[in-house]
Amino acid sequence: AMLDPDSGLSLTIARIVQRLKGSSLHSQLERQARVSLHKPEIKLESLKEDIKDFLKTSGWEKKLQNAVYSELNVFPSPCHPAAPPEHMKEPLAYMRKAQGSWEKRILKSLNSMCTELGIPLAQKRPVSEQKELLNKWNEMGTDEPDLSLFRPVYAPKDFLEVLMNLRNPNYENGEQPSFRNHLGLIQVPLKVKDIPELKEDFSELGLNIGQLGIDDSAQVPPEFFENEHVRVGQKVLAEQDSAAAQQYVRQGCPTALRADLWALILNISNQPEDILYYEQLKSNVIQHDLLVDSLIYKDVKLTASNDDYYFVFEDYLYQVLLCFSRDTSVLEHFSYSSATPPKSYIRGKVGMEEYAVFYPPNVYSVESINSFILSVAPLCFLYHEPSKLYQIFREMYVRFFFRLHSISSHPSGIVSLCLLFETLLQTHLPQLFYHLREIGAQPLRISFKWMVRAFSGYLATDQLLLLWDRILGYNSLEILAVLAAAVFAFRAVNLMEVTSLAAAEAVLADLSTLKVMPLLQIFLFATVT
Amino acid sequence: FGIMAGKVKWVTDIEKSVLINNFEKRGWIQVAENEDWNFYWMSVQTIRNVFSVETGYRLSDDQIVNHFPNHYELTRKDLMVKNIKRYRKELEKEGSPLAEKDENGKYIYLDFVPVTFMLPADYNLFVEEFRKNPSSTWIMKPCGKAQGKGIFLINKLSQIKKWSRDSKTSSFVSQSSKEAYVISLYINNPLLIGGKKFDLRLYVLVSTYRPLRCYMYKLGFCRFCTVKYTPSTSELDNMFVHLTNVAIQKHGDDYNHIHGGKWTVSNLRLYLESTRGKEVTNKLFDEIHWIIVQSLKAVAPVMNNDKHCFECYGYDIIIDDKLKPWLIEVNASPSLTSSTANDRILKYNLINDTLNIAVPNGEIPDCKWNKSPPKEVLGNYEVLYDEEMAQSDGPDRDMRSRSGQSTGVKGNRARDSGKPVLTTWK
Repeated sequence: AMLDPDSGLSLTIARIVQRLKGSSLHSQLERQARVSLHKPEIKLESLKEDIKDFLKTSGWEKKLQNAVYSELNVFPSPCHPAAPPEHMKEPLAYMRKAQGSWEKRILKSLNSMCTELGIPLAQKRPVSEQKELLNKWNEMGTDEPDLSLFRPVYAPKDFLEVLMNLRNPNYENGEQPSFRNHLGLIQVPLKVKDIPELKEDFSELGLNIGQLGIDDSAQVPPEFFENEHVRVGQKVLAEQDSAAAQQYVRQGCPTALRADLWALILNISNQPEDILYYEQLKSNVIQHDLLVDSLIYKDVKLTASNDDYYFVFEDYLYQVLLCFSRDTSVLEHFSYSSATPPKSYIRGKVGMEEYAVFYPPNVYSVESINSFILSVAPLCFLYHEPSKLYQIFREMYVRFFFRLHSISSHPSGIVSLCLLFETLLQTHLPQLFYHLREIGAQPLRISFKWMVRAFSGYLATDQLLLLWDRILGYNSLEILAVLAAAVFAFRAVNLMEVTSLAAAEAVLADLSTLKVMPLLQIFLFATVT
Repeated sequence: FGIMAGKVKWVTDIEKSVLINNFEKRGWIQVAENEDWNFYWMSVQTIRNVFSVETGYRLSDDQIVNHFPNHYELTRKDLMVKNIKRYRKELEKEGSPLAEKDENGKYIYLDFVPVTFMLPADYNLFVEEFRKNPSSTWIMKPCGKAQGKGIFLINKLSQIKKWSRDSKTSSFVSQSSKEAYVISLYINNPLLIGGKKFDLRLYVLVSTYRPLRCYMYKLGFCRFCTVKYTPSTSELDNMFVHLTNVAIQKHGDDYNHIHGGKWTVSNLRLYLESTRGKEVTNKLFDEIHWIIVQSLKAVAPVMNNDKHCFECYGYDIIIDDKLKPWLIEVNASPSLTSSTANDRILKYNLINDTLNIAVPNGEIPDCKWNKSPPKEVLGNYEVLYDEEMAQSDGPDRDMRSRSGQSTGVKGNRARDSGKPVLTTWK
């Protein structure tokens, strides 16, 4: 049933009010209002208006605006007041079911690993070990625990296989006859955008509009675009306006302003209570040993330690990921994700709720651990204060990256991204698509790993950051699918000549020299369709 | 005659593929040392022989070598410091504004080498300085060695008792013996990234000293220590914490063979701009260019500017946590060994671009040419300083502009040339 706009709006307002009530911002606003009573400009006759004016001029109204804006960004609009909570998570039943089975499978695999190795999912650390860990908190990278017995919970390709096998049980009724022509790996009829729609959505990437990543290259005089863009960025920061910042970064962030702009958009201010929260997580890590920690350890060693750019930050990665795996506040986002948090219990306390340990979804799966690692690592180029780095990562995760590891129908979910990629390729580069399919090199098999990691570990860091500017600016991951298609378009000539999957992989093995903004611009705005 | 006649004949005593592949790809012909050769890429031992008084080697116009005869004026730690000190005093005597000092008596623009003394000759001077800051740490480096060999840290006078005895019998002869050391104030507040210490390796090509013409390779890199940096005294003996030479780091437990603990300079730039801002980052890189040029100017008067020579130096620079760069040393024979695949590519390209500048068109050289290559052949080099061009701009050019700014030295900041905000010199 369609929701009329008014009740939709009041539902949204009610929900936001509910969420902000009792937040620290709320108590700060109250305190500010009370403090203002002592000020001479506040008059009893016009108390309400005067306080409102005061909050406006002192910048507190803006903080409230930013918080509301943040809530709007993160949470979807309600579907119907009478809809059950699962529908908020994921409206399509078959998607919910698929995600549920996937989680069960992972948990089963994890449990059997525990049994095999005789290690519990979670246990309290002996005091001596706690002391040791605390001492080496800043250099966990120098540790060399024996990780040889830990094998991946599942192979990266397994997740793609699950997605490939998704079917809409209602599909046979032929609701979408055009979909029968889809020759890619994803076989569910989700709606994805076409190029005209993408051009509209991503209009700020158009050929006539200045971009960082294109119009700041050495050959372009900075008076042309860059200087003014920097000036505007500084103004946006001075006014601390989240919404303006989000609009601004669509054209890219100047490197010196990026850290602050992202924090503004994500509404991260690193308050004392945030630092305290991080410290609490840290002490949780010290006190309890989770099986997942070893998997994280192993994967950081394999991934980031060998990366040309990220190896320097290895120690930060442990700190952030170990804390993250214990962060139950992440569970909040489950209300809008299709994933359900799996529970496990501290050894010896099975069934006792106070000893239950919740995991953020899929934190124990190798593919998503790699993705975590690679999604934290670029942030180390921007933030070097641990609690701020942590919060930025957590916010990026709950807004965007979790969608890459769970099965849902959301337009930024991995299923939609895969379908969008395949559709773009099949529609606009049909010859290439058919050729690759013929030789057993379905394009998605190659591009899947790029998208599921938001291209981290594949692009040069400066290019990756320019790409993520746009993820934040457009509040969507669709650009990952567009870039993936643009990369194929760019290498089309070489790809047409390959005759095997391995050869195709080789052509696309090295993306480190690519410039993402020209690729995106050309694909969206300059390709003859 | 035949086709061979026009080809460059090369010799080398350094068996490295990055060199040999570059010669072969130009179709040059390998010959033996005693034959007629045009190009000799030699080790520093060989250059000593070639130019030594006894051997009396005379190079002909079509012969080029890759070292200046007395490169050690720059590349020996003690002589480098000596030349820089001399240069500063000369400028001071002339009343040059470059030699301006601050209220503590420190050079404002020319304080880029950590306080250094020669041992055993300056032992007493060193002790005087040491006693001013008894809690400081000093680094002892043998004058004639490379790759981090023989280096150690001290924080107590007792640790260098040996040189105190020797100072009583010091003479010019013992100074040049293998026992000669330099002792420098250790920079114990290096800039750390990810908690790790690093240094910068930059390649600088000098084609002539008078007039000075030098080029900087854009693709320098940072070498990271594998272990977390700690200034604590208990770790003074742990060379893995303190020394960044790859030769030393390679043997640490944590050494990683895939990335070799290196970052490109552009990575460093991205990190610094993102975390510290653009102005301070630009200032840092400008200062780095500045100190390189000043070090070359310092030795230019004493260098044998033999027209058969060019040289590619490896500059080692450390940045402290106030973003001030310090010149640690200059290498005449930067390592051509590759620790990773990326490294191999970098060094291959480095040699390639070097040869394109030093041996124009890859043809038989004529050492009388003007050593002014066209811009197109620079490859990844950019002009760092061109004295001829600088002088044609006016005598006070040094005062006004950044080194080589008018010739677009900044690479991806070339468009910034001319902006007054860059001049922090005055």
